[in-house]
Amino acid sequence: MAEGRMAEGFLENTIRCDACPVLCYIKRGHAGACDRYANIEGQLVRVDPHVLLDRAKSQGTPLVPFLEREGEWDGTLAKSKDTFVTAIGAGTTYPDYKPAPFIVSSEVDGVDMVTVVTEGIFSYCGVKLKIDTDRHLGPERNVVRAQGEPVGHVTTAEYGSQMLSIGGVHHLTGGTKSEGRVTCETLLDLCNGKEVQLTIDEGAALQVAAGKPPVVNGEREERMRVGCGSATIGMFAKQWFGKVDDVVVVDDHITGILSEHQAGKLLGVRETGIAIQGRRSTPGRYFQVANPGTGWGGTDLSDPLKILKPFKEKFAWPNLRLLMVSTTGEHFAYFELDDALRPVEKELPEVLRESVARIRENCEPALTTVLFMAGAGGSLRAGVTENPVKLTDSVKHAFTRVTCGGAPAYIWPGGGITFMVDVSRMPENAFGYVPTPALVAPIEFALKKADYAALGGHMDYIRPLQEVLQSKQRQRQVTSLAGNPWPLQPSKQGGEE
Amino acid sequence: MQPRAVVRFLPDNRRLHLQDGPIDLIIEANGQRDAVRVAYEAAERRFVTILDELCAELPLLRTAVSGDSDGSCSGNPIREGKASAVPKSFGNSGVLTPEVAAVDFRAVHDAGRGLKGAIARRMFEAVSPYAQGCFITPMAAVAGAVSEAVLESMTSAANLQRAYVNNGGDIALHLAAGEGFTIGMVDRPDCPSLFGTTEISSNNPIRGVATSGWRGRSFSLGIADAVTVLANSAAAADAAATVIANAVDVPGHASIVRVRACEISPDSDLGERLVTRGVGELTAQEVEQALDAGAAVAEQLLRQGLIRAAALSLCNTRRIVSPPSDKPGFAAPQRIAQHA
Repeated sequence: MAEGRMAEGFLENTIRCDACPVLCYIKRGHAGACDRYANIEGQLVRVDPHVLLDRAKSQGTPLVPFLEREGEWDGTLAKSKDTFVTAIGAGTTYPDYKPAPFIVSSEVDGVDMVTVVTEGIFSYCGVKLKIDTDRHLGPERNVVRAQGEPVGHVTTAEYGSQMLSIGGVHHLTGGTKSEGRVTCETLLDLCNGKEVQLTIDEGAALQVAAGKPPVVNGEREERMRVGCGSATIGMFAKQWFGKVDDVVVVDDHITGILSEHQAGKLLGVRETGIAIQGRRSTPGRYFQVANPGTGWGGTDLSDPLKILKPFKEKFAWPNLRLLMVSTTGEHFAYFELDDALRPVEKELPEVLRESVARIRENCEPALTTVLFMAGAGGSLRAGVTENPVKLTDSVKHAFTRVTCGGAPAYIWPGGGITFMVDVSRMPENAFGYVPTPALVAPIEFALKKADYAALGGHMDYIRPLQEVLQSKQRQRQVTSLAGNPWPLQPSKQGGEE
Repeated sequence: MQPRAVVRFLPDNRRLHLQDGPIDLIIEANGQRDAVRVAYEAAERRFVTILDELCAELPLLRTAVSGDSDGSCSGNPIREGKASAVPKSFGNSGVLTPEVAAVDFRAVHDAGRGLKGAIARRMFEAVSPYAQGCFITPMAAVAGAVSEAVLESMTSAANLQRAYVNNGGDIALHLAAGEGFTIGMVDRPDCPSLFGTTEISSNNPIRGVATSGWRGRSFSLGIADAVTVLANSAAAADAAATVIANAVDVPGHASIVRVRACEISPDSDLGERLVTRGVGELTAQEVEQALDAGAAVAEQLLRQGLIRAAALSLCNTRRIVSPPSDKPGFAAPQRIAQHA
């Protein structure tokens, strides 16, 4: 009899943790062997160090624009209203059908909100690198390598930027073990803002880190081009008019010539008899004047005269003044024609110096930017709801907002929950990995409590925000980055960024 | 199976953090860049299977190691408690009276024969010197044994200047010739500040450091705030620190709060044994008495060659046990504030 009662009490007060094979029995109010899981009121609760976003001001960090509440932040208290529980350090549950580690309720502008917080383990993930440079990094589709292992490829270039696609399931799991490991390591470093060395087959060697200027073949890229060669002519034609007879803006994509270009014609620039290599597209606009490279304007040129053919005697004249300049203003040379109509290099006259400087000034700082992209449409949905497709639908219809470590995520239209996030908008060291290999990234789903109930959410596991905040010692508070929308700000339906 | 282990660098981008279930390792290797990378990869490869290896033999690892076939041990009242399996923490405590009996290694080895895993055997080896004198399970050396195993995987994969694997205060060290480490000691995890430092250089045999006390993660039967032990290996240091910390005690004192281990943690391998949960006012004399008891055990272990030095700390009073001849031991207590 006594024994029977004891057993009953035991069961009432004790839970068996199945988060790892130790399988601890944990009494109410105590933690398991790992100190990561605890029995709180009969619930198995994850109590890991855990990142909270604080929507308040801290030294040197600009205020989030819409924070206009009374009272200065005293630097200690997490005000529940302005605190968002991120998934960084939240851990995950296994197997997947178990409710996510944190399902937190809070009230925002009178609306009951629920945030489901978990760290996703992503095998389907990668990064897109936008490298602001016109230099030729390597032929499109060529393999990008780290430590000699293929980790991605060169993809479609964008205006003023070269694009690389790194990672993805084929490199993570489809190749050799070493390929998977190196890919995972490269992704992790890129996502956590560390510098990574990459080489491109038949192309350049790169050092890249999120938010930093790229280094191409050992040279730091300072600026993006102001535009293509033709665009540069269009922008600066007026400033050159009268100070020089002709200008060639050298660009691997579209080289522009002032005297032939529509911009020059309209200003009344006289024909100069200039002739250039390459294929003429429209007047004053030339393709393929040289080979791609890391010289002038993304060509392989170190001597720009190589692309000029002899001037036509019919139009040219001795002492004709010619400026050749790259699309960043980084390379420039000034020539005058001698009596035989051959260009002779001379010092750049003061009046032109300014226009070259202007090109440089108008070039934005060259950066490498890293967007993390992954699919959250798989089993992690089961930690959110018993009916996974409903979560997908809810995200699609913008009833559910998806954030990564509090940073806004763009959801790619169509099936699944394929999202992109700018890693530089996330708190530092937000990513981890497991040796599968796969990346561990935080992901939060925020939605109205009523909507959460409707999609079959784990309502029994919802904990009030205040309760999460009270277990203070294992939390890390960071200030929300300026420019990030507040994750719980009720959004207009649709129209997420 | 989905892996549980988490592998990441700490924010300093130097130290590696490996975590799986209750195991948390902080690792740092110094050497050539490539060597460090290879070592970290080796550590990770070794690490990911450790918890499963240990859990496969958990019941046996949680069973008292005994030199006697009947499992009884004369002269130790605490041994009457039932040696049931399972600790609170993954780690555990042993009890040792000062008169450690000569160890019948053959009998001890018979008892450990069932263990298969390399780490499990290492744990068993580390605690077996204490088996005759007290209640102890291999779990008393689990943290140190894991540290050692991971460190070994690193040093056999790469040529390192120096390296450490810190498993919650139980630390395995690697030192190439001419290298050294300075170890800072903390007695109060709740308000960490260094109470002393110790220098370990390549020319002394110390390669393991471990700390035990009732304020730590594992249960202790004694009242020491912390006992830090230097020994030839991390597993040996771990087992010894547990045993010495248990011996720092004033038996029966009214202001010491003791609770049956199983009441806090139903599956503790300490079962009904009373573990320390609070230490109230003690007179200076009582503090000395408790430290004397612990120091007596430490000195005996020093004589037996099981440890190289020990620092015992209780209520801001410290006792150092180290060989009189050389001084690999501890520097004079320093007050260096360190922020948590």
